[in-house]
Amino acid sequence: MVHTWSSLISTLFLLLLCITGLPLIFHHEIDELLGYDPKPEIAQPGAVKRSIDEIARTALANDPGRVLQYILWDKDEPNNIIAFTNSKVDGDPDAATLRAYDANTAKPLGPVGGGPMLIFLKLHVDMFAGQPGKLFLGAMGFLFLIAIVSGVVLYWPFTRRLSFGTLRDKSRRIASFDWHNLLGAVTIAWALVVGATGVINTLAEVMLSQWKATELADMVKPYAGKPPPVHLASLDKTLANARKTAPDMNVSFVAFPGTPFTSSHHFAVFMRGDTPLTSRLLKPVLLDGETGEVSDARDLPVYLKALLVSQPLHFGDYGGMPLKIIWALLDVMTIVVIGSGLYLWVVKRRKHRSHAITAQPSLQPLR
Amino acid sequence: MTAAHNSRSSANWRTVYGGPLLLGVLSIAGLLSALLSAGPGRYFSWLALGAPVVLTAWFFARRKRT
Repeated sequence: MVHTWSSLISTLFLLLLCITGLPLIFHHEIDELLGYDPKPEIAQPGAVKRSIDEIARTALANDPGRVLQYILWDKDEPNNIIAFTNSKVDGDPDAATLRAYDANTAKPLGPVGGGPMLIFLKLHVDMFAGQPGKLFLGAMGFLFLIAIVSGVVLYWPFTRRLSFGTLRDKSRRIASFDWHNLLGAVTIAWALVVGATGVINTLAEVMLSQWKATELADMVKPYAGKPPPVHLASLDKTLANARKTAPDMNVSFVAFPGTPFTSSHHFAVFMRGDTPLTSRLLKPVLLDGETGEVSDARDLPVYLKALLVSQPLHFGDYGGMPLKIIWALLDVMTIVVIGSGLYLWVVKRRKHRSHAITAQPSLQPLR
Repeated sequence: MTAAHNSRSSANWRTVYGGPLLLGVLSIAGLLSALLSAGPGRYFSWLALGAPVVLTAWFFARRKRT
């Protein structure tokens, strides 16, 4: 009963998540192909990196009337610098414009993201329904986890007389039953991890609010009552100070004062390590918006670290192209599990309706 | 569990859950290995997470046709 209902309620949305998730596994490659992932020019020998202040000025000149929210350093393309502009510093994330700039020439390279992959992403993340849509999908993901666990319990009575890997093609129903069991059994750990990390990701905003209300509020206490900065400090100076605080790390992104990732008084420079794991574990350095001096630097709390580590485990983007292909195959296998489960339920219901009391020993739990 | 009982009912937790459990442990190891080590960990993750796919293909190839 638990297995039937937890799956049925979530089936439609799980299919949506699996199907939109499939192209998203390859969003980098698809964006590159469609021209939404600009690449920096080949650096001339002896090229000198432009100052970040110059790139910031160029970005503002490119989008007149807007303000900078974030500047991000592409992890895979160190010469790609991505500037986020918006109508105001705390503007709607969907209204942000992302453009790439060449670190050596400060030339604009083109818009980042957008295009068809953005539609898939929105469908996958919140179905264009904002935070409520996101939390709803999180609940559907939670039902998916319940369905998996209850499936493990049912696996015993249903398959104890069958050897592992049995695939019969006696009828469509028996074939569906065998495929449902086999694919469900072999993908279970992956599906649990991708499902659970997906649920964790739906709570990102909630966790960020919690961090802002507790740790960040504590860090910016000395600034209580002060007006927000009028003239922002030089970005190059600010970044140099941040690098001094975390010398063995690189800058992931800088959040401008007033954006959701920092206080209204501070730049927050988020530093990252350089291994697959530490590159996800960001460390924020808070710097005074007017002077660029370091005010505080603390590791993120456990729940935000968990969120950051859970992201690669959901996206499958941390083991090269072969891992992405395996991710896609496991996703397709999960689609088959969900589809065959739905089919088995429909057939069973039809049988009940027509009062056909034919014995179906092979699909009944064995006692 | 006696031998006589075993022969009468071939089902025990190992025959039912053994295969899936082994693949599950292998999958988790693969998911973590690529995260913890970029070189060998990555290669191991391809093998470990590819195992469910390969095994399914193998079961499909040698299924009994009726």
